[in-house]
Amino acid sequence: MTESTDAISALTVEHPSPGKKYYPPFQPTADLEKEAKEYVSMYPEGKELSAVLPIIHMIQGKFGYICPESMSWIAQQCKCTEIHVAGIVSFYPGIRTRCPGKWHIRVCHTIACALSGGEELIGYICEKLGIDPKELSGDEPMGISPDGLWSIEPVECLANCGFGPNLMVNDTLYSQMDKEKVDKLLAEYAEKA
Amino acid sequence: MSSQQEQLPKDAAAAEGKVNVQINGKWYRFPKGTRIADACNSVGIHVPCFCYHPKLSVAGSCRMCLVEQGMPPRLAPGATPTYNDDGYQTIQWMPRAVVACANTVAENMGIRTDGTVCREARRAVLEFLLTNHPLDCPICDQAGECKLQEYTADYGQPSHRFTEAKIKKGKNISIGPRVNLDQERCVLCRRCVRFMKEIVGEEILGVVGRGGHNAIACFPGKTLDSNYSMNVVDICPVGAMTSKDFRFKMRVWFLKSTPTIDTNCGTGTNIFIWSREQQIYRITPRQNDAVNSCWMPDNHRLNYKYINSEKRILTPLVKTDVGAPQRPGAWEPTLRAVSEQLRRCNPKQTAIIVSARLTNEELYLAGNLAQLLGISQLDIVPRSGEPDGMLICADRNPNTTGAKLILDKDGRTLDDIRLGIKNGKIRHLIVIGEDVTAEAAIPESHLSKLDYLLVIDHSETATTRAADVVLPGVTFAEKYGTMVNITGRLQRLNKAIEPLGASRADWDILRSLLQGSGGDMSLLTARAQSPMEILDEIAAQFPAFKGVSWAAVGNSGIPITETGETIPLIEREQTKQ
Repeated sequence: MTESTDAISALTVEHPSPGKKYYPPFQPTADLEKEAKEYVSMYPEGKELSAVLPIIHMIQGKFGYICPESMSWIAQQCKCTEIHVAGIVSFYPGIRTRCPGKWHIRVCHTIACALSGGEELIGYICEKLGIDPKELSGDEPMGISPDGLWSIEPVECLANCGFGPNLMVNDTLYSQMDKEKVDKLLAEYAEKA
Repeated sequence: MSSQQEQLPKDAAAAEGKVNVQINGKWYRFPKGTRIADACNSVGIHVPCFCYHPKLSVAGSCRMCLVEQGMPPRLAPGATPTYNDDGYQTIQWMPRAVVACANTVAENMGIRTDGTVCREARRAVLEFLLTNHPLDCPICDQAGECKLQEYTADYGQPSHRFTEAKIKKGKNISIGPRVNLDQERCVLCRRCVRFMKEIVGEEILGVVGRGGHNAIACFPGKTLDSNYSMNVVDICPVGAMTSKDFRFKMRVWFLKSTPTIDTNCGTGTNIFIWSREQQIYRITPRQNDAVNSCWMPDNHRLNYKYINSEKRILTPLVKTDVGAPQRPGAWEPTLRAVSEQLRRCNPKQTAIIVSARLTNEELYLAGNLAQLLGISQLDIVPRSGEPDGMLICADRNPNTTGAKLILDKDGRTLDDIRLGIKNGKIRHLIVIGEDVTAEAAIPESHLSKLDYLLVIDHSETATTRAADVVLPGVTFAEKYGTMVNITGRLQRLNKAIEPLGASRADWDILRSLLQGSGGDMSLLTARAQSPMEILDEIAAQFPAFKGVSWAAVGNSGIPITETGETIPLIEREQTKQ
């Protein structure tokens, strides 16, 4: 019976993450609702369902991840059921149910980048930031540093294959990376924090 | 001249709004817009499907129904089509298979369900489905009626090439009060998701995860508690959705299914009773597009426990003296004593309360008995509740329409009978198939004032406890008969199990009473050996039943009268089409 209840309740488990201190907690404010309404109004009446994805992106951008409460809130905004939102959230690897660090590093490990050294970079960055590489397997591969400042996620193609290995810090792309460049980059960002 | 005689098949078909389709080398004609799967199935060529269900929207996701398809080749500019001796164009077969559920037939289309393309496609689909499917069959409730099992036997491969570890998912998840979910057994056809969304209108179920981790789930805190939830168990092609009531009770291949009707309300939902050796294990809906489509409510489905209950009365019970306890008696002496007693009763002081849960044949015999004994006070007990806007109607008696047609009674004089019993004008009462202390609201204290109370019923109630004589009748599962539902459709009850113990079918008991009460009724009725023969007699006497016979009613019933009532779920289904 225990494993059984898990399969369903796992959908709304609040995962602990040291990164939470860098993001505001989800609050369904009037402003947020207004913003969601704007997205909904972009679609014809009766097609509110289409707004689920843009609103998810909006929430993830603001709060770092999609928490269980926000799933219910999104369902309300889009006049759909929570299970529909949960289905979308669990489908896309880019939608997180765990809060990342302040600087979220996405390292490409698709073939071109992996061959040019991207795969090793992942291990290197993990070691440098004190992240357990075991966290990079499973349903939602993402490792968070104990101080919550950093998180790393191996991703598929960043669409810059000619200049691998590629990685992104939050929304900025960095190409032709190697260990030294990574050292410099991390130092740069550490200062920004 | 000759060209007119030799009209091309395509033109002949078009005149009927149909198209010619070649299936496995033979030509057939189908209405335009028919799905390939339906077309094949209608001519007896089975197309295996997981996700396709005729009452739900098309998903086309399981790919099990892949068939080889061909069309006449596209003509070069200026070319005219050529026809062979039979008037058809040659078919150019497509190299890849198409799904039969999401595509419709077209003129001169060719379908092959038995070629290499098709066989290979089905084998490959099954191989993929089985990569993560657990080896649960020995303990799975669906085993024996599982589509995955059937298709694997028909089209699968004997060996397993998948050596990787299977993906584990949730098992034995209670997703509702009556349904359990096993995510590993699921083939992701999403029939349950579509049923809840499209038929019930509650989007409780959904699909979560991606790829091999895809699983059916409900949101934590939400449960599948609709009164129609158990239909997902029926439509689930595999053992992913199982009924908590039926789980691990019986292997399905030991069960006998009897087509009959539900007697919990006036809709008369068509059902199968699944029984083995005098024991009923489950009830499932039976498709009838004029009554219940493919569905039935959970509370009706589960209301069968009383049939095999301890409360059943299995022998006649007789009170030998005033105040004496009821003692078991043998049928023949009891029937003789009852007949004698009935002849002695003053008909002016006697009333009969019959149940509208009885069949037409039984109501007819009860009417005859009243006539024979000269009893004019006879009525049914009306029973009503909230309609649910789906299949449950306000009338909770299954045969109110039949009682109106045959006895011309609808419960309006029940008040007079109740009053008569209260003020002592009625001294003798015959109750057939009712607990009159319930809906009829006759208190036990009033029943005890009666000189004589004869009860025919299948289970112990407050009324049978007060009776001088109890003749054990049977439940709807133990007898043949017909009933008329609220829309005026005459439907058949079939016997699933023999009467339990020494109980007898109610029509049989009533016939014995008619025979024993003498008089000079002519008495085909008394001679009738079966409800079928009694139905013939009803057909000869009542205009509404004119021309009706047991065989003509069939398992799907026939409309015999207009009542103006409709079934909301069926209305919705018809407007959708």
